[in-house]
Amino acid sequence: MVYLTRKCEFSASHYYHNPEFSAEENQRIFGKCANLNGHGHNYTLEVTVKGDVDPKTGFVVDLKELKEILNREVLEALDHRHLNKEVPEFLRQIPTTENLAIAIWNRLQGKLHVAKLHRVRVYELPDLFVDFYGEA
Amino acid sequence: MKAHLTRRYLFSASHRLHCDGLSESENQATYGKCNNPHGHGHNYALEVTVSGQVNPQTGMVCNLVDLDGAVHREVLERFDHVNLNARREFAATVPTTENLSEVIFNILKQSFTAAHLEKVRLEETMMNSFEYAGGAELRV
Repeated sequence: MVYLTRKCEFSASHYYHNPEFSAEENQRIFGKCANLNGHGHNYTLEVTVKGDVDPKTGFVVDLKELKEILNREVLEALDHRHLNKEVPEFLRQIPTTENLAIAIWNRLQGKLHVAKLHRVRVYELPDLFVDFYGEA
Repeated sequence: MKAHLTRRYLFSASHRLHCDGLSESENQATYGKCNNPHGHGHNYALEVTVSGQVNPQTGMVCNLVDLDGAVHREVLERFDHVNLNARREFAATVPTTENLSEVIFNILKQSFTAAHLEKVRLEETMMNSFEYAGGAELRV
């Protein structure tokens, strides 16, 4: 079993707001992330897949194919977008880094033909990242 | 859904690697320049990984403000800009980064309970790092 990680970047804006909370609660729980005008990040995404090395090609996965899947399923939907307003998953869900990692996993799951999705890591900042392994 | 969240912190400290149970030449042979009598310092980078169910109302594993507060209060205030050898945590052990990782893990295990502490990862320099998961298997 070999693990392969592909890295890419995207930039997006978001804000944190739960309509079930009062204005005070939103402010207390989400702090400056609750500003309804939003703010943005340069996100770094690392997608790790695992599988056996194909004896003929020496590949775990065709990198070109993985890149195309990432571009089509993730980057086109998220890059230079407002997550709350333009990405369907976040019309009703708060676009925290946790939920973003889960949403990206769900977008990629089932799209890989050879290797298996192992981990989605999303960096919101160089000092903050979330890992999702597809666990319930 | 269960997610893992990692936050990175920086602190600076000095130490000297020296074991009282070894002779002077054995200490020198074991620890090399880390055994120099007056010690030396590092800029440490600490990564703390916690896990838990993502709260459906907040979208969070835990509130970062709480995690930052615990790490600042319990770890950074204790170890930033100090001589590790002079700390009581290292009265009986050598302040290697292995031991420091274990000490920090155990401190956070006690003081931060809002999410499950998975592991700590400690970079001593850009060239080396240590991970401790409280005896649990480290995850890829």
